[in-house]
Amino acid sequence: MATVSVCQYHRGGFSFENCKRNALLEADINKLGFSSPAARKTGTTICGVVYKDGVVLGADTRATEGMVVADKNCSKIHYISPNVYCCGAGTAADTEMTTQIISSNLELHSLSTGRLPRVATANRMLKQMLFRYQGYIGAALVLGGVDCTGPHLYSIYPHGSTDKLPYVTMGSGSLAAMAVFEDRYRPNMEEEEAKRLVRDAIAAGIFNDLGSGSNIDLCVITKGKVDYLRPHDVANKKGVR
Amino acid sequence: MKEYHYTGPVEHKFSPYAFNGGTVLAVAGEDFALVASDTRLSEGYSIHSRDSPKCYKLTDTTVIGCSGFHGDCLTLTKIIEARLKMYKHSNNKNMTSGAIAAMLSTILYGRRFFPYYVYNIIGGLDEEGRGAVYSFDPVGSYQRDTYKAGGSASAMLQPLLDNQIGFKNMENVEQVPLSLEKAVQLVKDVFISAAERDVYTGDALKICIITKEGVREEIVPLRKD
Repeated sequence: MATVSVCQYHRGGFSFENCKRNALLEADINKLGFSSPAARKTGTTICGVVYKDGVVLGADTRATEGMVVADKNCSKIHYISPNVYCCGAGTAADTEMTTQIISSNLELHSLSTGRLPRVATANRMLKQMLFRYQGYIGAALVLGGVDCTGPHLYSIYPHGSTDKLPYVTMGSGSLAAMAVFEDRYRPNMEEEEAKRLVRDAIAAGIFNDLGSGSNIDLCVITKGKVDYLRPHDVANKKGVR
Repeated sequence: MKEYHYTGPVEHKFSPYAFNGGTVLAVAGEDFALVASDTRLSEGYSIHSRDSPKCYKLTDTTVIGCSGFHGDCLTLTKIIEARLKMYKHSNNKNMTSGAIAAMLSTILYGRRFFPYYVYNIIGGLDEEGRGAVYSFDPVGSYQRDTYKAGGSASAMLQPLLDNQIGFKNMENVEQVPLSLEKAVQLVKDVFISAAERDVYTGDALKICIITKEGVREEIVPLRKD
């Protein structure tokens, strides 16, 4: 039986129908002296780690529009399926819509197969969609979950390449977070140690990267259980008068 | 031979300026003046220092706040301090706030065609002991104000000051003159709010309080993210 994806009808190949129209609109707007609205980016530090019993995903909660904070407590860990979650960095609208589309298609797929979805399936769907749009969808994702084959963690780039690794970081604060991982990661950690490591990596991004800030959200996924800890740590409170 | 895609000539240009962030604020009262700044020095998405205040004490009655490109801030304050010494030696008196403001305007305009990338605000006491604030643009245009915000979060702070100190856009309010305690509390509130929304503002707040007794400093912590 063929899988039915209803959220997107793809005719195969690249769809650039709107590019010419967009270029004309851009030129018209600039002639009038205005500039077209900039897409809101999330700044961001996101990361994930595979530990003994599953995966831990982490994210900060600041959304920026230029260098102004647009949302002080936005949610960057998105639901894909009961056993798979995805952190998103880059353009906020792109990460939100992309994860929702794949979540919807994955649910239909799961009903069709009669099985719990696999992380590798979500990875395939995401990378094929992002490649189709040749990087114009600015979504950099950290995908993690536990399925019948074990715990898995992927990083997915806007152009459609993916890496399957035991620990990954993405976003403007990725260098700060990766510094922490490279120092303290080891294979087969216990849950508390893994949560502490992810928390510290996101904290490094929050305090050292201007594009990330506010609180730390965590998502612990194990076989049969998901702990969505929002917020796990309120690292920054508003100053007391 | 593999095809190499030539995208056309690309122009690389060296920029002599950088933007190091930071917000400065000055308020003038009946017999006092406040100059406040945050202490974060940043560039791009990184932080250079969490303890780099932008207020510089010039005399016992004048403090200047400089934000923008840190290299030009340092050079400009060195030049101002040298000129202050020269004036003291030839005129045997300290420069008044108004005189410093007028001099700064000429120093800045002297570099009209390669400007100092600095947003200056001078706060101090005038010859009659009343509070004075002088605000500048990078090329030397200046005016005397009651209150002014400059730097990266200036657009967020100025409307709030217009409302709370200037009583703008309010009806049926008793327009009481600002006391020192209220002004200090207002400055703290305003910077706490700016640190919430502007990524370049944060870490700590330094307030220089200028009265006839001299210059007193107060340091308040802000968000570090």
